Amino acid sequence: MKEPIKTHDMPEGVLLSVEGLEKSFGDTLVLKGLNLDVKVGEKIAIIGPSGCGKSTFLRCLNCMEDPTGGSIYFDGVDIADTRVDINVHREKIGMVFQQFNLFSNKTVLENIMLAPVYLQTKRLRKAKTRNFFLPVTNFFRRLARKEPQAKAPVTTTAEDIKREAREKAMELLEKIGLTDKADAYPSTLSGGQKQRIAIVRALAMEPTVMLFDEPTSALDPEMVGEVLDLIKKVADTGMTMLIVTHEMGFAREVADRVLFMYDGVIAEEGSPEEVFGNPQNPRTQQFLSCVL
Amino acid sequence: MSFGKRLQIFIDLFFKKGGWKRVVGVGLRNTLLIAVAGLLIGIVIGTLIAIVRVMPKYKRLPRILNGICSVYVGFFRGTPIVVQLLIANFVLFPLMHVSIAPLTICIIIFGMNSGAYVSEIMRGGIQSVDAGQLEAGRAVGLPYWTAMLKIVIPQAVKNILPTLGNEFITLVKDTSVVSFIAAVDLSKCFTEIGNIRYEYFIPYFAMAIVYLVLVMLISLGVKMLERRLQRSERTH
Repeated sequence: MKEPIKTHDMPEGVLLSVEGLEKSFGDTLVLKGLNLDVKVGEKIAIIGPSGCGKSTFLRCLNCMEDPTGGSIYFDGVDIADTRVDINVHREKIGMVFQQFNLFSNKTVLENIMLAPVYLQTKRLRKAKTRNFFLPVTNFFRRLARKEPQAKAPVTTTAEDIKREAREKAMELLEKIGLTDKADAYPSTLSGGQKQRIAIVRALAMEPTVMLFDEPTSALDPEMVGEVLDLIKKVADTGMTMLIVTHEMGFAREVADRVLFMYDGVIAEEGSPEEVFGNPQNPRTQQFLSCVL
Repeated sequence: MSFGKRLQIFIDLFFKKGGWKRVVGVGLRNTLLIAVAGLLIGIVIGTLIAIVRVMPKYKRLPRILNGICSVYVGFFRGTPIVVQLLIANFVLFPLMHVSIAPLTICIIIFGMNSGAYVSEIMRGGIQSVDAGQLEAGRAVGLPYWTAMLKIVIPQAVKNILPTLGNEFITLVKDTSVVSFIAAVDLSKCFTEIGNIRYEYFIPYFAMAIVYLVLVMLISLGVKMLERRLQRSERTH
């Protein structure tokens, strides 16, 4: 008998809850038991020296790397459990990568529309199939003296899904002023444009939390500003965000809370004023004296 | 016999007595049919095997599938295609009490055989695609197979198109052994022409030229296709 998938009643206002998260690659323990509660609308900046596990931590949060220990509760379910259908939860956890990772065989518009259209169409098809076989299912349910099931509501069509996704994608592109690039391939865009489109692609899924993995580290200096501006705009909409970053000024300005990671643990956390202004941990002091 | 006499016999049989009809209508058709159908089956099988082989292996099912695929690839790459044809025609299908036309057997065996080779080509192609592409696909909630089929494979195919063209050329040339199980292809047709007067000099020479031209045409086609695919990324 396998133990059931762990569930967890989320405290009021908490979106994501990490308990004793561990991750090892082979024999190397990279994350050594992290605990974190992310509140709805909170902006968390994660800083620390390279190799301390900040990116790994972020990538564990949507199970890009499967954690080797501990739990991550999202929507009340432990998504660290490999039996959980992670794809359903990933739709709600947007991620932005250091290397942009736009689909290079798709145009900008297709990049943004691909996942929403595919996933909604799949759901529609599933509902239709279920409705189609419902008389058969209900026949057997009646035989088994069970309550017959009702039809799943089908309110939209495949064309509608596509049209709506296109409208939404264009709307988002308009916000970042790149509507003229809708039919361009990513290889023709600048780094800053690519990253802004990658952010929009994540936003098109209407996530409840966004993960930024060093979003400006691969950019030319003059393009950092435009990407940070967009992230700030997203932050102003009340989006919950976790940002791994080396932009200390940005972290100070945007974050509600700053985590300083060192050697696989959260060495210090607090408001930006506390961490940047009056760091307690000698490691934090040392790190900040190097980068500030 | 002089060269002119031999040529005269061949021209007589090939053009005047209508030998070319059989060469083109049956021989060339079958050769291309086996090669094209074989390649298409091969691409499907090869892609599936390649995906299984690059899948993360920490669950049981992928590991079992991977084992099956290794055996499959090992067998089809480890034995000559003639042996595979003979076994299919004289062992496997008789054992199953089914009778299938030799041509169909050829298509099946060539498909399965090229599947083994294409899988290795595909695997290289898939691994050459930046891992971030798959990650980005998974991050927006696409299942592994969907992300593979919609994002990674199209890019992999673009990378490996020249190699796949070579595989097609190899297939076209390899079809010359199908007469082992009494299927009629290009080389069989030329042999038949030779058989009429026991005069093989010119027919076999002509056969070589036909294969050569065929292969050159295919490589030209592959080159054009390749250029087309590159263009789709460059414009705009």
